[in-house]
Amino acid sequence: MSRHVVSSVDDFPPGTRRLITVKGRPIVVFNIEGEYFALLNRCPHQQASLFHGTLTGLVASSEPGCYKFEREGEILRCPWHGWEFDIRTGQSYCDPSKIQAKSYKIEIEDGASVVKGPYIAETFSIVVEENYVVLEL
Amino acid sequence: MSLIPPSLIPPGAIDCDVHPAVPDLRALFPYLNNHWRDQVVQRGMGDLETISYPPNAPLSARSDWRPASGKPASSVAQMREHILDPWQIRTAILNPLYGVHLLFSEDMAAAFTSALNDWVRHEWLDRDERLRASIVVPLQNVDMAVAEIERCASDRRFVQVLVMALGETPLGRRHFWPIYAAAARHGLPLGIHPGSSYRHPVTPTGWPSYFTEDYAAQSLALQNQLTSLITEGVFQKFPDLTVVLLESGFTWLPGYLWRLTKFWRGLRLEVPWVNVSPTELVRERVRFTLQPLDAPPTAADLEALLRHVDSDKMLLFSSDYPHWQFDGDEAIPAGLPAQSLQRILVDNPMDTYPRLGEP
Repeated sequence: MSRHVVSSVDDFPPGTRRLITVKGRPIVVFNIEGEYFALLNRCPHQQASLFHGTLTGLVASSEPGCYKFEREGEILRCPWHGWEFDIRTGQSYCDPSKIQAKSYKIEIEDGASVVKGPYIAETFSIVVEENYVVLEL
Repeated sequence: MSLIPPSLIPPGAIDCDVHPAVPDLRALFPYLNNHWRDQVVQRGMGDLETISYPPNAPLSARSDWRPASGKPASSVAQMREHILDPWQIRTAILNPLYGVHLLFSEDMAAAFTSALNDWVRHEWLDRDERLRASIVVPLQNVDMAVAEIERCASDRRFVQVLVMALGETPLGRRHFWPIYAAAARHGLPLGIHPGSSYRHPVTPTGWPSYFTEDYAAQSLALQNQLTSLITEGVFQKFPDLTVVLLESGFTWLPGYLWRLTKFWRGLRLEVPWVNVSPTELVRERVRFTLQPLDAPPTAADLEALLRHVDSDKMLLFSSDYPHWQFDGDEAIPAGLPAQSLQRILVDNPMDTYPRLGEP
């Protein structure tokens, strides 16, 4: 396991996503209202790019005719076949015990601790006063 | 796994689909009031034949089960002689296919359907204690259908509610739900059988030219009805309701479920109440009668197919008497796993129809 600096917080505003490569793996990182989430950029179904998926909510229901739109913005629909994944866990809705998008842990670290290391931040120059989005892999 | 060869029916089987035939409309006279009896006479009505089972089509009755005169399977005596006695059937469930579902008048449909159920009760159930029956309901009017269930359900020999596969609207639609509520309340599964009220073409592409097309397309109608029940949420709304697809064939099931479940995975947000996959729902809540088996070429193929379905709880033994689905006594097709036979012949029917377990 090592920790990789994705971006400074200031450069990665809410409502945006980015595609990065860590240890050769394509990873999509989302900022949803200040919370960061990372998934392997491959749908477990047929490898579609989840970076191109739609963030939506979970349509829940207690009985026919009842529609509850919950957790708005926290469900990622794959662009190819519409399978839904929980952005927090990578768990699929359709088969949660068997089908999961691989998720990674993201943390926000201040510049001082990033400078102290051990972090891998080849493409960044770290500023002590800023905060950084850090992915563990 | 040991596979059985085509075989005779072991004694004590429960036959979940046999078809008693109403000789003609006059046979219902004792069960119609004087107004409807008079209507039959005044209008010159003779019979309610449908083209679902044309009288002379080989499928409609096996040649050795055709009487010298009259309709096949039109008396208890025939049924006893052909299947109940020789096969030592423990219980047979009567599913009358008489064309009461063709009628357009709601009142006439309700009267004739009630008469049909009373005819079954008196001419069949009272005459052989091995017999049980489905309550035929007039889907032409939902209130009347519910009333008919309420009228008949206290007779515990009625074990199921029976509807035809092709009606006016898909069976999952909410206006039908009072029927399912009544069925569930009384411990009666919903049985769906090939047959049409001919409000629409019998295939989704339009009217076919030949009977072969009509009969082959019936399994598509049953698939559509199953999809409708699933997507409209009938299984969630009525957690105690079991659905039985009668005479539907079932070898289409794996491909059908793969397809429907695939689409549910991407589109389930349209029908969020379907919170388990269609495959799981069908495995838990839907049952299929054995005959006709759209048999694959070899016993090993059938075994593979059952493996795809991944359950030996879904099949219910049926002969489909008097329809011609097999010859001789070989109602058990080759390729069923030997250890599942007891389930199919007895245990599954007993689990599906709670009333069969009553003294």
